[in-house]
Amino acid sequence: MIELTGVHKSFGTLEVLRGIDLTVRPGTVTVILGPSGSGKSTLLRCVNHLEKVDRGLVRVDGELIGYRRSGNRLHELSERQILRQRARIGFVFQNFNLFPHLTAVENVAEAPISALRKPRIETYERAHALLARVGLADKADAYPRQLSGGQQQRVAIARALALEPRLILFDEPTSALDPELVGEVLDVLRDLATAGTTMIVVTHEIGFAREAADTVIFMDEGRIVEQGPPAQVLDHPRHDRTQAFLSKVLI
Amino acid sequence: MVPARHPWRWAGTGLVLVLLAQFAHGLTTNPGWDWPTFAGYFLEESVLRALLLTIELTVAGALLGFLGGIPLAAMRLSRNPVLAAVSWTYIWVFRSVPLLVQLLFWANLGYLYDRLQIGVPFGPGWSFSTTSLISSFGAALLGLALHEAAFAGEIIRSGLLSVDQGQHEAAAALGLPRRRQFFRIVLPQAMRAILPNAANLLVNLLKSTSIVYVLAIGELFYQVQVVYGRNGRVVPLLMVATVWYVILTALLSVLQYYVERYFARGALRTLPPTPFQRLRAAIRR
Ligand SMILES: Nc1ncnc2c1ncn2[C@@H]1O[C@H](COP(=O)(O)OP(=O)(O)OP(=O)(O)O)[C@@H](O)[C@H]1O
Ligand SMILES: [Mg+2]
Repeated sequence: MIELTGVHKSFGTLEVLRGIDLTVRPGTVTVILGPSGSGKSTLLRCVNHLEKVDRGLVRVDGELIGYRRSGNRLHELSERQILRQRARIGFVFQNFNLFPHLTAVENVAEAPISALRKPRIETYERAHALLARVGLADKADAYPRQLSGGQQQRVAIARALALEPRLILFDEPTSALDPELVGEVLDVLRDLATAGTTMIVVTHEIGFAREAADTVIFMDEGRIVEQGPPAQVLDHPRHDRTQAFLSKVLI
Repeated sequence: MVPARHPWRWAGTGLVLVLLAQFAHGLTTNPGWDWPTFAGYFLEESVLRALLLTIELTVAGALLGFLGGIPLAAMRLSRNPVLAAVSWTYIWVFRSVPLLVQLLFWANLGYLYDRLQIGVPFGPGWSFSTTSLISSFGAALLGLALHEAAFAGEIIRSGLLSVDQGQHEAAAALGLPRRRQFFRIVLPQAMRAILPNAANLLVNLLKSTSIVYVLAIGELFYQVQVVYGRNGRVVPLLMVATVWYVILTALLSVLQYYVERYFARGALRTLPPTPFQRLRAAIRR
């Protein structure tokens, strides 16, 4: 269970998140929609403490992220403890951020070995299996620059899965891809959704939201404007801003 | 298929060959070069011993310099303003002072402080006579290493800065431990930017060792000076030193080529073949 309560975040005088309350049940897919600059990426980055929240709490399976409560004060965790929490939350970036000097399988095996101290041989076996799962069994020894964009993003997804995360965050996983490559990445995402992976996905792919999401959230100017099952939010939006946004995206 | 013709390439090659032949002719026929003397001293024992000392100074200076450069770069990039300022000041000072001046300064430290003391502040300590602690070899090495460290620090820092922010983020998001983030993810990628500059610095250091002749240390340049001071054959002996410097630099350049290739893994889609691989392929064909 992922719970955000009253999350606020500002950059200087710009208030990017203005009180986000959100609950994500385990095994469900949450899709976040919203115009550019509405704070979607910032929200995801707050969930794994890549950005520090100014106010509010983030809890994953009851555990506070980035802080420790003692009495009624919050103390920021040490970097080492934060890194340990992050190792249980997958993050997939818009532009992949694979490690270019490591092969695909080394990219996947890196974190389990060095962050979770898993045994090497087993981890490599699992890494090969994960690459097979995203359809890249034959690309294990390729370097990222020898792969297409869609293939790179699938390696990045396998890399996130390798940590057996409680939750995976996707920040526009398909928007850096050529249109004909989007499908192969969405297939992997759909497959994960069916397998019961807890996911929060920021995307502009309305079709994906309609099929795979349990909850769709529409954000604007740092607030959640509307949320509910896809049939409700996408087909019968109650808010003007949601309607205006969807009418632009759904041409 | 007829490959494109390049008449100007042939004309250029012809011109270069004529000029080279002329130069070679001059080298062999002008008695001023005095090749017999060159040959007599090139592998002479005192010259080889001096060469060894030059190599020692270069290797030790480079090792100490780069070992010093790593913390300097880390300090300048750190969020702690005191550390950043200390590193900035060090680099400012040691890049400003000419190496020659610095060497003379270290050699004359005994004139400023005749005893050096180490120990607990306000507590017990040990004191040494400065001249016994710092030999002229020690002064030379100290000067070279401090000088190198300032430049190495900047080279390493520039390499670290060249690594994409997304790489730091991905490493942090995966929860990799701090040391692992640095040594496994950031540094290998920084090496690509560091290596060409580091090789430059190393070659420069090799030649800078000739400056320590002012401290009467028997390195290569000092030694040939001693010899031509005795026999007056300046040009052939300078050639002895020059050819040795050229050979050492050539070896370093070959080493650089292969080390750079190693760190280019993944950065290029396909590595071009090495000259040897190309030669072998040409012979087989
Ligand atoms: N590190 C930062 N420093 C200053 N401002 C920032 C920073 N990160 C984000 N912002 C600002 O915060 C706002 C929200 O950014 P965010 O990246 O969360 O938007 P987004 O909803 O993901 O947009 P997009 O769909 O374009 O990715 C933007 O106005 C952006 O300029
Ligand atoms: Mg974004």
